[in-house]
Amino acid sequence: MDRVPILKIGDVLIVSIQGDLDDQSVLTLQEDLADRVVATGAIGVIIDITAVEIVDSFVGRMLSTIAGMSRMLDAETIVVGMRPAVAITLVELGLSLGGLRTALDLEKGVALLSRHGTQGTSDLSAVGL
Amino acid sequence: MSHPPAPRTVEELTITSNDEVVTVRQKVRATAIELGFSLVDQTKVVTAASELARNTLVHAGGGQANITIVQNGARRGIRLVFSDNGPGIPDRQLALTDGWSSGGGLGLGLSGSRRLMDEFVLESEPGRGTVVTVTKWTR
Repeated sequence: MDRVPILKIGDVLIVSIQGDLDDQSVLTLQEDLADRVVATGAIGVIIDITAVEIVDSFVGRMLSTIAGMSRMLDAETIVVGMRPAVAITLVELGLSLGGLRTALDLEKGVALLSRHGTQGTSDLSAVGL
Repeated sequence: MSHPPAPRTVEELTITSNDEVVTVRQKVRATAIELGFSLVDQTKVVTAASELARNTLVHAGGGQANITIVQNGARRGIRLVFSDNGPGIPDRQLALTDGWSSGGGLGLGLSGSRRLMDEFVLESEPGRGTVVTVTKWTR
């Protein structure tokens, strides 16, 4: 089973999903992220799915769950890098991912967080983001 | 002559674990690429395969996935057959309703796959098992 690494830059946790995750790895990531949000006091979580070739209902639900869970732990989640084919397929599948914030790429995701985060702006600019 | 009409089975896979659901996705993608599907259609076929393979694992405790290349005139297509000996589906109409789930999921597996593929056939007998056959044709 693969464990997805969670990086921390300033007040933001960054997860870059690489390759094809099995369902158990997806659930593990969900739990790991909740722990890390609390342990680090992160104000934002960015999930980069640039390398993800398909998002099915299981992964889609995981993204929504992480967003809802982070919100309760005082952190904003932004999903970045969704491929056009994935977006088309998700809509046809019937998954709207309501309530999930997205940005086209990592840079725009970080910018979005620094606009919304109250204390996030200075910390993000401190690391050159 | 150059277009053999007989369907060609390219893979016969068992689905008994999460790992094997991943294998089904990978083999389906390889076949869709071989057939020349567009990136969007590849993504749709692999997503549908993922939903149906997971259904087989979650609702029936496992089963089988067959990947077949089919031909209709000049058009080629990919046909996926998911079969299991699980509890079956007592109410097909209900099972195909968006949002209805018996397994704690989102209830989009069957209805969503039906939208993503060109053809969808659900055969099920309570106590005997379920066979879902889906086909997508190249454009």
